[in-house]
Amino acid sequence: MTSPIIQTEKLCHTYSAGTPFEHRALIDVDFRAYPGELLGIIGHTGSGKSTLIQHLNGLLKPTSGRVLVEDRDIWESKAATRQARFRVGLVFQYPEYQLFEETVYKDISFGPRNMGLDEKEIDRRVRQAAAFVGLPDKVLDQSPFELSGGQKRRVAIAGVIAMEPAVLILDEPTAGLDPIGVAQIMDNIRDYHAAKNAAIIVISHSMEEMARRVDRLVVVNDGRIPLDGSPREVFAHRAELEAMGLGVPRMTRVFQRLKALGADVDSSVYTVEQAKEAFLSAFRRKGAM
Amino acid sequence: MENPILKTESLTFSYPAEEGSKLVLEGVDLEIQAGSFVAILGHNGSGKSTLAKHMNAILLPSGGKVYVAGMDTTDEEKLLAIRRTVGMVFQNPDNQIVANVVEEDCAFGPENLGVPSDEIRKLVDDSLRVVGMYDYRRHAPHLLSGGQKQRIAIAGVLAMKPRCVVLDEPTAMLDPIGRREVLETVKALNESQGVTVVLITHHMDEAAQAGRLIVMSEGKVISDGPPRQVFQQVELLRSVGLAVPETVELLYELNQEGFSLPLDALSDEACAQTLYQLLSKD
Repeated sequence: MTSPIIQTEKLCHTYSAGTPFEHRALIDVDFRAYPGELLGIIGHTGSGKSTLIQHLNGLLKPTSGRVLVEDRDIWESKAATRQARFRVGLVFQYPEYQLFEETVYKDISFGPRNMGLDEKEIDRRVRQAAAFVGLPDKVLDQSPFELSGGQKRRVAIAGVIAMEPAVLILDEPTAGLDPIGVAQIMDNIRDYHAAKNAAIIVISHSMEEMARRVDRLVVVNDGRIPLDGSPREVFAHRAELEAMGLGVPRMTRVFQRLKALGADVDSSVYTVEQAKEAFLSAFRRKGAM
Repeated sequence: MENPILKTESLTFSYPAEEGSKLVLEGVDLEIQAGSFVAILGHNGSGKSTLAKHMNAILLPSGGKVYVAGMDTTDEEKLLAIRRTVGMVFQNPDNQIVANVVEEDCAFGPENLGVPSDEIRKLVDDSLRVVGMYDYRRHAPHLLSGGQKQRIAIAGVLAMKPRCVVLDEPTAMLDPIGRREVLETVKALNESQGVTVVLITHHMDEAAQAGRLIVMSEGKVISDGPPRQVFQQVELLRSVGLAVPETVELLYELNQEGFSLPLDALSDEACAQTLYQLLSKD
């Protein structure tokens, strides 16, 4: 097994420690992500998932425990912390609200410039990042504030991609977008993933969205990770997920109901494609009898 | 009786001073009956939000007419009466809350209308009860969840006693729990309060719960009917960048394999029953 590109060891985070508002947001969390992995994190609002991802590039400092990026403790030195921020790119929710430069080009180049790269390399990265998110060249000289909502979001994602992080974390990257916008952003992310073999970590509320896109799911609840595995493994725990205020994809619900009605079908399906295959195979079995 | 409560006639609209002044609405004719629950579905840029903003004269037609309870929205003397008839709720809860205490926020609308203060007290209490936020009336809005804030925004509109509420993607920024809370509130407005509801959304599952579904694309209405009828037009909806509920999608995909299943299963149960019948038939 390859070693994790990023991991936490017994990570704890307590907000407002020693006050009446003390809140333990993370409790002994051991989290791992591997190179080239497409990983999903799910959890309801307040579960601790945002606190977890803010530790992964050093925005929050652990109350106790460690965060390792490429086997190095990101808090061992100032240089290590700085390095982690370049290696682990974090795209916040509604990142389009963070655009600030006069032109799209300047906005995307902000990160690479902070890394101290030369102009030629900055230019290459800006253009490549823009291409990854499907922004045409002519947009680069425009003000980001003249663009549509979907384009603004792509500019914001390009700004993080331009740092060429080995781990790209996106918090609800498709929130508020229509189905076309969702598909475009997810394709952009997948292109970056394929080209750079980066680990991608996506946080989403949509089980259906997650089911289609990720290799592995990590469930965060009450500051811990109670479930971790393939979508099929995780979605087998429907009752637990529902108790956590989450749920299972629609096709899983339909096929569990179908099974309860007495049909002999595979109820571990979670996409329309799988559901179709499961139904056809049950239908053929019936015909053969 | 002045049915319909909302009516558009050959409504066209283009934003002024934009390049080429492309039409955002290209001739929309609609009648929305008082007391109904209508969802308007469309992708970004389809014109659905622009249409919504015509429903209480935030925008005025470039061509054609819009009538609110029989009042022409271009008649400036009717503006106050139009705004009292149709209340709007927007996407971002944080942009709609003006006060530091929940009940004060709700009182903002009726205060502006010059309602006597003892009546305001009752309007505010009643509205907060309808949205299930009465227990939070002394709380600070910024400490509440997105779904709770959005329900307060709805209560603030309700306190003005509108006959119709137009909600422009009210759940787009909410998590699943918040979405459910807001949708339940919207349904209650319509069912128990008799308020006409127009819900603008791009979530199929929300649109499926309305009594009538209007689909917009490129500034035009391309489909209009009960949700279970509209969602059967899988190819039409896909061609304009919309999806259908997964239950309908599955039945549609099975029909591509040679089955001839009805495409009207909007619930998990209806879909499971349709499939079960096929598997249990001899």
